[in-house]
Amino acid sequence: MSVYEPWDAGRGAEIIAEHSHLEGATLVILHALQEAFGYVPEPAIPMVAEALNLSRAEVHGVFTFYHDFRHKPAGKHVLKLCRAEACQAAGGDALAARAEAKLGIAIGNTTADERVTLEPIYCLGLCATAPSAMLDGRLVGRLDEARIDALVAEAQR
Amino acid sequence: MKMRIFIPRDAAAISVGADEVALAIEQAAEKRDLPIKIIRNGSRGLLWLEPMIEVATVKGRVAYGPVTPADVPSLLDAMASNGSHPLRLGLTDEIPWLKRQTRLTFVRCGIIDPRSVEDYRAHDGYKGLDRALTLTSDAILADVTTSGLRGRGGAGFPTGIKWKTVAQTVADRKFIVCNADEGDSGTFADRMIMEGDPFVVIEGMTIAGITVGATKGYIYIRSEYPHAVEAMNAAIAAAKRAGYLGQRICGSKHDFDLEVRVGAGAYVCGEETSLLESLEGRRGLVRAKPPLPAHKGLFGKPTVINNVLSFAAIPFILAGGAKAYADFGMGRSRGTMPIQLAGNVKFGGLFETAFGITLGELVDDIAGGTFTGRPVRAVQVGGPLGAYFPRALFDTPFDYEAFAARDGLIGHAGIVVFDDTVDMLKQARFAMEFCAIESCGKCTPCRIGSTRGVETIDKIRAGERVEQNLAVIEDLCNTMKFGSLCALGGFTPYPVSSALKHFREDFSPAPKSLQAAE
Repeated sequence: MSVYEPWDAGRGAEIIAEHSHLEGATLVILHALQEAFGYVPEPAIPMVAEALNLSRAEVHGVFTFYHDFRHKPAGKHVLKLCRAEACQAAGGDALAARAEAKLGIAIGNTTADERVTLEPIYCLGLCATAPSAMLDGRLVGRLDEARIDALVAEAQR
Repeated sequence: MKMRIFIPRDAAAISVGADEVALAIEQAAEKRDLPIKIIRNGSRGLLWLEPMIEVATVKGRVAYGPVTPADVPSLLDAMASNGSHPLRLGLTDEIPWLKRQTRLTFVRCGIIDPRSVEDYRAHDGYKGLDRALTLTSDAILADVTTSGLRGRGGAGFPTGIKWKTVAQTVADRKFIVCNADEGDSGTFADRMIMEGDPFVVIEGMTIAGITVGATKGYIYIRSEYPHAVEAMNAAIAAAKRAGYLGQRICGSKHDFDLEVRVGAGAYVCGEETSLLESLEGRRGLVRAKPPLPAHKGLFGKPTVINNVLSFAAIPFILAGGAKAYADFGMGRSRGTMPIQLAGNVKFGGLFETAFGITLGELVDDIAGGTFTGRPVRAVQVGGPLGAYFPRALFDTPFDYEAFAARDGLIGHAGIVVFDDTVDMLKQARFAMEFCAIESCGKCTPCRIGSTRGVETIDKIRAGERVEQNLAVIEDLCNTMKFGSLCALGGFTPYPVSSALKHFREDFSPAPKSLQAAE
């Protein structure tokens, strides 16, 4: 799991200032904010707009376009399962259903105790060691029932 | 002398335990007082054997795999004594799967230390740039054109023409952009080369820069590839330290600098104009063409935008290999293609070979059929936007035009193999669903058509007016194919139509293939 700082406007301004000199900095800044806080806090959006001389709508538009950016913190652990074709061919669908059943949630949701967020990912580039997953940034390939069970158990701890 | 042990840092190797094996080897060697040096190389591409560990011997490197931490004690015994071991694969270079390849682009991948400029140089790296720095822009363009290289991202546009257009366009600034948004399922060649031989990408982009007069380049890597991002950043820093990037590179009059930018989970950003929008910090909305990026690209300036593998092919070509490169291949598809064998395959991995090999050879012979041992029923070539081919089309040679003639595409050369349990209606539905999830929303056929496609396929599965709804799907595919702005909406019909055409029996309420399998 990753440890994040609580939102703080001063720290947010610092992060924004660190990157605002770059050309086309919006994504770079949103990534940096999410890396620090675990999500992109709403008050940061007008701050980014101000720093880059953009409208709030433009920054909001960028923020909402990309799948990666979160508007609220994820669960303590994030388990991403590859749902793309190569993993489908290797039995990924059944393993995804198994993970959903074990966690009691559908993909795209967080468990009620906020321990695990289960997300789809469309290709980790591990297509010859499929099916694959990523738990908090750690890659796991050649998934089978035992390995997915172990991953789910690890995420629940 | 220290025993030199190679353990891949490639993400696929890591996903199956390479880091744990590295740790176990380090600890065991320390315990035994065995002097070793671990080199974290890229992968050789024999991914079913990962983690594949190699040890340097007087006769060459000897491979072992797939290794688990439990194998380490006996493995170290075997390595130290050069004795036998159940996981011993012999001399790496003699492994038939590797030996029958023609590696031009991937020649160093898995061999060198991807963090070391010196190692890259010691294996013929930067020879292309050295020579390019002695040539005029026109002479470099002549080499690229002679090689016959076409864009490896999928579109297959001649690289020489693209570069020439940018070179001839007058502007105060120009850019080189590397498209490393490798989102197609079944493809991982970009990731492998960035992790295993990042300097070849840097060298290719640098040559592009001096050819067209650009001093700044960006590598746009998808966020799903954190290991590739790390490897490229480390290599860029090393290249800067060695004077290969920055001002007056290698003491020449040319400046060239590189920066990695990370995507944010949007598949459509692999489309070049969407990628440029994203690099500029905007929503990844596709741009209408013209203007071409070669005229008005990044920040409105002339831009060479190429796939990772296109840039990675350049150093060989510029090191005097233009003619040799062109001598491989067939028809208008010249040179080699790093083909990726994936999905339900026995021997999955990266197989670089000249164009012209047949699909059947690749699937049955090289990939060895399915991992599950069941018959191969369908293969999807070219990612989520590529057609599904049945066995009947296995005689198709790997060639841009030959695939197009059979309503398919080679795309980025990923081949995903499915066995006979596959439900092709489900695959067609997924193609539409994926398009709906990833559509940038700019044009209607893609944005709306994909959602209507999912709904209509659901009706077919439910047995609702099947014949009429099949006609609707065919019509919808036509609209998307000819009415969409980019390849996302325009090519989603390939998997859908091919599934319909070749696997019609699955498009009924209860697919026959599934009944047969039960």
